[in-house]
Amino acid sequence: MSERLAVKKTYKLYIGGKFPRSESGRSYQVTDTKGRFLANAAHASRKDARDAVVAARKAFAGWSRATAYNRGQVLYRVAEVMEGRRAQFVDEVAAGEGLSRGKAEKAVDESIDRWVWYAGWTDKIAQVVGSSNPVAGPYFDFSVPEPTGVVAVLAPQRSSLLGLVSVLAPVLVSGNTAVVASSYERPLPAITLGEVLATSDVPGGVVNILTGRMGDTAPWLAAHMDVNAVDLAGAAGDDEHARELELAAAENLKRVVRAPADEPDWTAEPGLDRITSFLETKTVWHPVGI
Amino acid sequence: MGGRDGDKGVLTQGTRLGLVTVLNEAHLADVTSSQASLRQFLLGLPSVDQVGAEARAATLASRSIKTTAKQFAIDLAISMIDLTTLEGQDTPGKVRALCAKAQRPDPSDPSVPRVAAICVYPDLVSTAEAALRGSGVKVASVATGFPSGRTTLEVKQADTRAAVAAGADEVDMVIDRGAFLAGRYAQVFEEISTVKQACGSAHLKVILETGELATYDNVRRASWLAMLAGADFIKTSTGKVSPAATLPVTLIMLEAVRDFLDITGRQVGVKPAGGIRTTKDAIKYLVLVNETAGAAWLSPDWFRIGASSLLNDLLMQRQKMTTGRYAGPDYFTLD
Repeated sequence: MSERLAVKKTYKLYIGGKFPRSESGRSYQVTDTKGRFLANAAHASRKDARDAVVAARKAFAGWSRATAYNRGQVLYRVAEVMEGRRAQFVDEVAAGEGLSRGKAEKAVDESIDRWVWYAGWTDKIAQVVGSSNPVAGPYFDFSVPEPTGVVAVLAPQRSSLLGLVSVLAPVLVSGNTAVVASSYERPLPAITLGEVLATSDVPGGVVNILTGRMGDTAPWLAAHMDVNAVDLAGAAGDDEHARELELAAAENLKRVVRAPADEPDWTAEPGLDRITSFLETKTVWHPVGI
Repeated sequence: MGGRDGDKGVLTQGTRLGLVTVLNEAHLADVTSSQASLRQFLLGLPSVDQVGAEARAATLASRSIKTTAKQFAIDLAISMIDLTTLEGQDTPGKVRALCAKAQRPDPSDPSVPRVAAICVYPDLVSTAEAALRGSGVKVASVATGFPSGRTTLEVKQADTRAAVAAGADEVDMVIDRGAFLAGRYAQVFEEISTVKQACGSAHLKVILETGELATYDNVRRASWLAMLAGADFIKTSTGKVSPAATLPVTLIMLEAVRDFLDITGRQVGVKPAGGIRTTKDAIKYLVLVNETAGAAWLSPDWFRIGASSLLNDLLMQRQKMTTGRYAGPDYFTLD
């Protein structure tokens, strides 16, 4: 029997529920921590970022209007499909982050658990951060959280799956749609997550994943007038770049989650900060019935 | 080369000359003198090479227009727009809002040119006219039983006169597609020339509704018929029928106006309408105009684009070019 030829994968982007090639036509080699070839990934350009924002905006109406219960079910389903791809995630995390198999397994398990944890928040967040307000008049007065809109997420550079899940899931919980710029050197778990999302019940465009150099897409996303918020987690440790992105984001008063000085320990308890960062509060005065 | 002349589109040099000869010999008056001669002329027009027309339109659509050329194209496209609202739910308030937008498409940037015209139903012409008086933006009104055109000639005339009396500078009439498809060309001819008379000094745009004409040959015939009957503009569609304007159909109409000018010395304008929503689409049409009819048509006097949502996309692209950041629809008016 002849020796089997290796299948070398060349991945594409994930935009609007489809897997298009980058407009730039460029791709780059992804290697493991020892420099061995893993796969080719697409080099997203600013036009891909623009297309991703259009797709995310288009998907926003449907996703934000879905009931919280329904969003929860869809996100649980994502966790189920992730569980089915567990072995692949473990391989990719181990190779990309240079972890032992045991540590990689632990990271993947934590990622899936985190996704489930966030999925549970879809129909609870309004009860925790919403309120019924006491007013001196014959009115019901209540405040409800609503999604901010299209959120550009710069995924962490080092923690390729747990970090990614920890920044992406909280954006989706409340009904935002996301454009994710993945880790440059470790994009494979993000690509696989894209395949997971495409085969679960998440509507196309709710999550869009761009691989490639952050400098090629992040400034355009930060300056884009149709992006409502930006999470700069991926710019951790690069103060100069983070500052420029914040300046660009200021033009249309985007909500900004600032880049930390160094990438945090993603295994820590996440809390609600990342969910509440991408919420708007709507307060309604309603006359008490006669 | 397969009988095709690259510069002149799908009509071959041979047939173009043939057409000139045919017309010169027959004289226009003779062609239009009877149903039989009109029919003989229209059916004698060279048939459209469908594959060729589509390939040519697709090739021209692949041109890349960037930087300063794109800036020029965006401003030109804005100045060519017939900003249209033709809904049953139109109110005077909506028309006034649209008129304000027509004069100053981007309130944050006075360098944006105004659009060519506002296109409304006849009953809203007076509202639009009052809002646009002295602004240089024209008022166009659809008429003659828009969009189906299924009414009597008397009603069509009255409809047209009412629109003109209310202050319309331009009238967009629909042809009777039923009569055209049944081969009653003389009836269509008669209708167009009657409406043209009713228009008086107002410009007449004739809507062919190409989506209902079934073949490219029919588009060519209808274009010639309309021009012979006195149309100042030929327009693709009402926007109520799908498909509306397409590139190959516009290509055929542009060839017709080009040949008509060659033969008669009278220039007729072209207006694609419906389905043109993005800057990219609009620029494709401009390339088509330049390459088919020629630069003489690259003016709001001779080429219009019937659209409503296109304007916002043009403004967003324009803002992207001036500010360097991608624009968002939140910062432009809804319409």
